[in-house]
Amino acid sequence: MHKESKIRDPLILGNKTYHDITRDIARPVEGKANKYWWILFSLSAVLMLWGFACMAYTIGTGIGTWGLNRTVDWAWDITNFVWWIGIGHAGTLISAVLLLFRQKWRMAINRSAEAMTIFGVAQAALFPLIHMGRPWLAYFVFPIPNQFGSLWVNFNSPLLWDVFAISTYFSVSCVFWYIGLIPDFAMLRDRMDKTIAPMRKKLYTLMAFGWSGKAKHWQRFEEVSLVLAGLATPLVFSVHSIVSMDFATSIIPGWHTTIFPPYFVLGALFSGFAMVETLLIIMRKVVNMEAYITIKHIEYMNVIILFTGSLVGVAYITELFMAWYSGVEFEQYAFLNRATGPYWWAYASMMTCNVVIPQLYWIYKIRTSFVATFILSIFVNIGMWFERFVIIVTSLHRDFLPSSWSMFSPTFVDIGIFLGTIGFFFVLFLLYSRAFPVVAQAELKSILKSSGSEYKK
Amino acid sequence: MKNNKKYWKGLAQLENDSAIEKLSHNEFVEELPLDDFLSETNLSSTSTSRRDFLKFLGFSTAAATLASCETPIVKSIPYVVKPDEIIPGVANYYATSIYDGRDYASILVKNREGRPIKIENNQTCTNARVQASVLSLYDSARLRNPLKNGNDVDWSEIDLEIKERLTNINGKKIVLLTSTIISPSISNIFADFSKRYPNVEHIMYDSVPYDGILNANKQSFGLRVIPAYDFEKANVIVSFGADFIGNWLNNDYSNDYIKGRNPKSGKMSKHYQIETNLSLTGSNADKRIAIKPSQQKVLLSDLYNSLAKGVSPNDNRLIEIVDGLRANKGNSLVVCDSNDVSTQLIVNSINSILDNYGETISMKNPSFIRQGDTSKVNNLINEMQNGSVGALITYKVNPSYNMYNAQEFNEALSKVDLTISTSLYHDETASLMQYVCPEHHNLESWGDLHPSHNVYTLMQPTIAPLFNTRQFEETLLNWIDREDYYTYLSNFWRSKGVNWEKAVHDGFFSISDVEPRTTQITPLDLNVLSFENSSNGIEISIYEKIGIGDGTQANNPWLQEFPDPISRACWDNYMTISASTARKLNLKNWNVSNGALNGSIVNIKADNKIIEKVPVMIQPGQANNTVGLALGYGRQKSGKAANNVGFNAYPLLNSKTISIELVEGEHEFASIQLHHTMMGRDIVKETTLSDFIKDPSSGNDRVTYPTFKGDLPADKLSLYDEHDLKNGHFWNLSIDLTACTGCGECVISCQAENNVPVVGKEEIRKSRDMHWMRIDRYYSSDMTKETAKENNISSIDMYKDMEEPSENPEVVFQPVMCQHCNNAPCENVCPVAATTHSNEGLNQMTYNRCVGTRYCANNCPYKVRRFNWFQYSDNDKFDFNMNDDFGKMVLNPDVVVRSRGVIEKCSMCIQKIQELKLTAKNEGRPILDEEAQTVCASSCSTNAIVFGDANNPESEVSALKTDPRAYDLLDHLNVNPSVFYQTKVRNKS
Repeated sequence: MHKESKIRDPLILGNKTYHDITRDIARPVEGKANKYWWILFSLSAVLMLWGFACMAYTIGTGIGTWGLNRTVDWAWDITNFVWWIGIGHAGTLISAVLLLFRQKWRMAINRSAEAMTIFGVAQAALFPLIHMGRPWLAYFVFPIPNQFGSLWVNFNSPLLWDVFAISTYFSVSCVFWYIGLIPDFAMLRDRMDKTIAPMRKKLYTLMAFGWSGKAKHWQRFEEVSLVLAGLATPLVFSVHSIVSMDFATSIIPGWHTTIFPPYFVLGALFSGFAMVETLLIIMRKVVNMEAYITIKHIEYMNVIILFTGSLVGVAYITELFMAWYSGVEFEQYAFLNRATGPYWWAYASMMTCNVVIPQLYWIYKIRTSFVATFILSIFVNIGMWFERFVIIVTSLHRDFLPSSWSMFSPTFVDIGIFLGTIGFFFVLFLLYSRAFPVVAQAELKSILKSSGSEYKK
Repeated sequence: MKNNKKYWKGLAQLENDSAIEKLSHNEFVEELPLDDFLSETNLSSTSTSRRDFLKFLGFSTAAATLASCETPIVKSIPYVVKPDEIIPGVANYYATSIYDGRDYASILVKNREGRPIKIENNQTCTNARVQASVLSLYDSARLRNPLKNGNDVDWSEIDLEIKERLTNINGKKIVLLTSTIISPSISNIFADFSKRYPNVEHIMYDSVPYDGILNANKQSFGLRVIPAYDFEKANVIVSFGADFIGNWLNNDYSNDYIKGRNPKSGKMSKHYQIETNLSLTGSNADKRIAIKPSQQKVLLSDLYNSLAKGVSPNDNRLIEIVDGLRANKGNSLVVCDSNDVSTQLIVNSINSILDNYGETISMKNPSFIRQGDTSKVNNLINEMQNGSVGALITYKVNPSYNMYNAQEFNEALSKVDLTISTSLYHDETASLMQYVCPEHHNLESWGDLHPSHNVYTLMQPTIAPLFNTRQFEETLLNWIDREDYYTYLSNFWRSKGVNWEKAVHDGFFSISDVEPRTTQITPLDLNVLSFENSSNGIEISIYEKIGIGDGTQANNPWLQEFPDPISRACWDNYMTISASTARKLNLKNWNVSNGALNGSIVNIKADNKIIEKVPVMIQPGQANNTVGLALGYGRQKSGKAANNVGFNAYPLLNSKTISIELVEGEHEFASIQLHHTMMGRDIVKETTLSDFIKDPSSGNDRVTYPTFKGDLPADKLSLYDEHDLKNGHFWNLSIDLTACTGCGECVISCQAENNVPVVGKEEIRKSRDMHWMRIDRYYSSDMTKETAKENNISSIDMYKDMEEPSENPEVVFQPVMCQHCNNAPCENVCPVAATTHSNEGLNQMTYNRCVGTRYCANNCPYKVRRFNWFQYSDNDKFDFNMNDDFGKMVLNPDVVVRSRGVIEKCSMCIQKIQELKLTAKNEGRPILDEEAQTVCASSCSTNAIVFGDANNPESEVSALKTDPRAYDLLDHLNVNPSVFYQTKVRNKS
């Protein structure tokens, strides 16, 4: 049994009993949705449908509907892709890495963080598909045996590595998430009344995979969780490293940088935690989880944001230093242009949001305030989007030959698709919050007696 | 077993009801009301129930879906009787010539399956417009039938009427208003014509007049001709505004000029250009002086004075020139674009003092390609006005569009009894005339041309006429009841002893003309000299753009989309102005959020004429207090590509000063280059002649990296596995930046060969040009790294200042196409291996495999990869030649038309290489060096582009590869391109 000092702040507030936890977690699934849920859901659904319409327009008409040109061949598409992938990272870190490090506070948030990962990766995966000129031939990127002779994919291409990295990450995340859900589905199954909700009972019975709570089940559950955590941990680092290699292996100044893998992973964790905070602060209100997602959780995450944010800042400065130190004029110009060229405002936004603003978390009052955290997390989300925009667009728009220099300006389709993925993401998340237990209650119960507020008295 | 079971359907049947019995015989109790239902009255009144509606909907959706699944059928019809000379898939070449009243060239036409698809050089060089003229052949805006008062009629009808009206002209004049005629047979037909109809007058006029030079020669030498200039021989070339590399007179000058500027041979002419607008020639000059047009005569007078009297010139800028000219008597050349006779007389005298006649200028060997006489044209307008002209027949001219006094002409035209146009189009003039007898396009015509002394070329049809048109010559012969033109033409030359068959085959023949008699140069009347510059205010200089020229081929989308070599803008003309004058007048250029260029709009007033809404383009090199306007735009009745593009500058052709008024609004330019300087980078490597003579590799320093083995260039530090390029062919391309004049002919040539789509102004504005090769143009900047170091300027400020070109910059041109890197960054990154390397050193693009991630384009350091943002063929949104059944006939069947969503780029004309390899293999012989050609190389007038097999030690390109001037663009990246450049050498100290 886990022992914890009484001095430590409790992780479960409000003198809960085991049954209270069960009831609290099952309530959003069993009850009716409130007004806020419906408002949020309608808004998200509208955005999502608009995004789908823009995607259909793109696929039907051509990539020319976006603002790209012969110089800037990627812009919002890949910015959004990297942004969403980055957001996904916190989930796996929380559920896998923090599990290995036996950080019990993760139990209240890992379920939602993982859901966010999966939904984020799903958004991200849309972009490589729709950014293709001929998405109907997307299967060309898979090494499928074919009858076209020796036609095969190019294993040298980082885009192909992306295909493998993302699909692996997505599948491992899904499995890990699902395994964790099994005892909770079983809990829901057992609470469902066959006469009142026969379909739902059937559904949860199916999804619970015959879980009966036997000691053998628990033992296997823990082992599998540990094995999957071990598998997922390298993925936290590999996926974004590989995504960063899209840029790092290229020859474009501003992309061609060996620092990218760690820099991208840190940035991903940074943005991922910010998004977890954004979501949880809303969710704890909307589905009444105030007792389980406490200011202590938020503070822990804020510390991680402060840490990764500072490291990201170091990476930015290292980049600048390396550009100067390399003595390569193209490299030097690329970074001077980022900071002082026509996209200086994007660079300034990135620096402010990612490096300056998280430093506010040194202040105790800010890091332990829900309102301040919510506002700051939005800043970090924006800043990290700009980071990818800065890397992609400012490097491309002025590369080697000034004759080809150009600029990028988004069209309504670019904007529509981005907003559409945000809508899609929230639609999935809101549906999840009504159908799935949003907190891993089975796990949480294991720390009730060590970290519950009643037991801290 | 006895069957006693009884089956019944209902109790009524069981009981044998008689009604049932009756019914069983009559299945349909009542007559189906079909007739009633389908009768007209009832059908309209029937209502459709919801269920029926859904049934109909479902059925029609299913039917439509099924129908749309079918592959569209494209019929290809084989020959029933195959002509001997046509083998499908094998091109035929025909020697012919081209002359549209503006451009002359002797050409070879490549025909595939009976369609001309490409123009190659034969006896002369070509230019961008000549290259593009093959598309003008397929212009669907061309007239398809003769017209009478705007309505289609039959040739027989129109001929009969016109003949009758010409006969009954009542003693009034019949005027043939034509462009300069260089065809001996046409001149002969005119003579025959005037025998039949009395009182015929032939008047020639050029859209851009050369009266000044013609009349000056008439006064000086008694011959109204253009002399032959030898730009190759001249050691010092001083051009006062004459854009001889671009549009001045003849398109062969650039070739001669570059032959005289070969640093390797040690002979490199020194070229001074004294001009107002920054022209192509000025961009190539060793020294360029920007002057106002009114200063031209002053400077020439000064030059004359100092040369004649042996004194030093008043103007310090001329001292160097005078010294150079004096030292090169008989080996220098002074040319001038002025249309003022007295100015040209001064030029003649200067050349005479310098003993250039008989050396670099020859009156014995004149050119006839400009003979127009503006005074006769003005006289004609007066005669038309007072009713003494009975008939006006126009040929290859469009006076209602391109006369400075077009309005007067139009008014006078209404007073002419019989007006006949022979234009290809229902253009500005033709639409005002009673009859239009459309002529054939050049490539459908027979003809003969005599462009200069002793030079004769022939024209032969390369395709059967597309429309119901008739050659002008044929039309005239018909009106005088003579034989057909082919018989006339062949008899005409046979009678002069020409081997007709050979001449048609070769496209040219030679006859020794009688040497023209010239008089000794008349001494200059010193009163014409002028030493005072009287003009202040803003002066205007009219010019022609390299692509559109005088506007004859304005409806050619290739030419409209051809970026101007200097401004790099297309689909527009504009007012060029220097940065400081613009600042003074509060005129601006700026870039919007997607980088595209916008500019202020002004109204221009001159000589009681106003041109409204003229966009302003700030042009480095433009003389202060001057503006430049390009001709050829603002067509109203040309076709969908040209109509309402730009403004017509012809009304200001003779204007000197103008006033400018800023008006509200902004103009959106389509410019494919938005940054104009090299930003201190080693992109175009440059050296001077003196340095080059000392060290041929001067200016060609390689970037090295410090290593433990010492400083090494990138290719010695390669991490790549080398391709095996030692065996077989290794195709390389050398581009000599000293020889490249930037004329852009290769761009059009490439567009024609490789089916490059036209995308229109909006797309160009979004930096989505599709040209496979481009000619980058860079200006020098006042800010250099050295200046910054000396003055302690920070990097940020230095780069800011570097973006600004100098006021009178040095200009360099650099053709860039796919560099065919042997360590190609694009090949590594394609996830589906759609771009791969050939074992002949080429980077190849497999369109079928491309999914369009555009990663390759991002990773291309030269940004030469082009993405098909939309479907550019058969798309009404891109209504250019690829959306037109006629326009599509120009497509090269050997090159696929790319679909939406794929990347495309230069293939080094792989289709030509492949064809050549097959031919050589069939013939069992190696490929000869001169056979291997890309179209950019074969069309280049100055041989700046050389293609060949670098593994063949005999080839020109392999020698160039080891030349000390050879360098790889961005060689520090170690991409090891198959395309390489030769440093630019300038003849300056």
